[in-house]
Amino acid sequence: MNALSQITLSHYIVLGAILFCISVAGIFINRKNVIVLLMSIELMLLAVNTNFVAFSRFLGNVDGQVFVFFILTVAAAESAIGLAILVVLFRNRATINVGEIDSMKG
Amino acid sequence: MSFELILFYLFAAVLTVAALGVITVKNSVHAALLLVLTFFTAAALWLLLQAEFLAIALVLVYVGAVMVLFLFVVMMLDIKIEPLREGFVRYLPVGAIVALVMLTEMLMLIGLKVMSAQTLPPDPAGASNTAWLGKALFTQFLLPFEVAAVILTVALIAAVMLTLRRRVGVKAQNPAKQVAVKASERIRIVKMESASKGASTP
Repeated sequence: MNALSQITLSHYIVLGAILFCISVAGIFINRKNVIVLLMSIELMLLAVNTNFVAFSRFLGNVDGQVFVFFILTVAAAESAIGLAILVVLFRNRATINVGEIDSMKG
Repeated sequence: MSFELILFYLFAAVLTVAALGVITVKNSVHAALLLVLTFFTAAALWLLLQAEFLAIALVLVYVGAVMVLFLFVVMMLDIKIEPLREGFVRYLPVGAIVALVMLTEMLMLIGLKVMSAQTLPPDPAGASNTAWLGKALFTQFLLPFEVAAVILTVALIAAVMLTLRRRVGVKAQNPAKQVAVKASERIRIVKMESASKGASTP
């Protein structure tokens, strides 16, 4: 009874799982739009980060939060470079449709 | 039911609805704005876990920087949405099935046993979460911290170099050339014989 009236670890893990599955579905149904694909990847990283923070807090170990710090750093770098590539792509091809980007298909 | 749990369910509901909105709305600008809401709610959830530093960092870095970048790019590119939406209905069942199967598997792995086991222990950070994190970051994780700084620098230079374009036929000043100029390049002293009166033509 005590567990159902307080926040437990599995509340956060279940939430992270739901968020991760939503972003996987987002990658499936938005497979033509690169911008929404990048947003889905950000959502996935957020789900993983939530798990890390929850475990770090419930196990009393700082390593999880340090790892989240590094994930935030790398994710920021990743989205900056991804958007830069997107801008260059749009400048050269005038489209961001994944279906039309097939010049390396051979 | 404690106050924290009510807050948790509230934030979790907002988070789920906003994340569903991100992947389903038609307009990319609306998707970016909903993603801002998602990140903000996630920061609130992290605050419930007493991870203050990371919650503030999430708001500053993501809402303040990355999402502004997203909005900037979405608004800068002139995108026709209609061709990007084709296949949305076709792939919707596949995506939903995969997501539901994955969710079921994860929930089975998590199990209900944990549900009754772990409640929130006393805060291991003590008074300040930032000090707790900072001590670990600057002692045990100093080298990865420096590597993260290098990664950010590399990403910065790469993003600038990717989007920089040199146009031909543009008149612009070259500061390097301007600074490196020498006096001898600007004034040319010509030595010539002075013409005297007596030597002039008669």
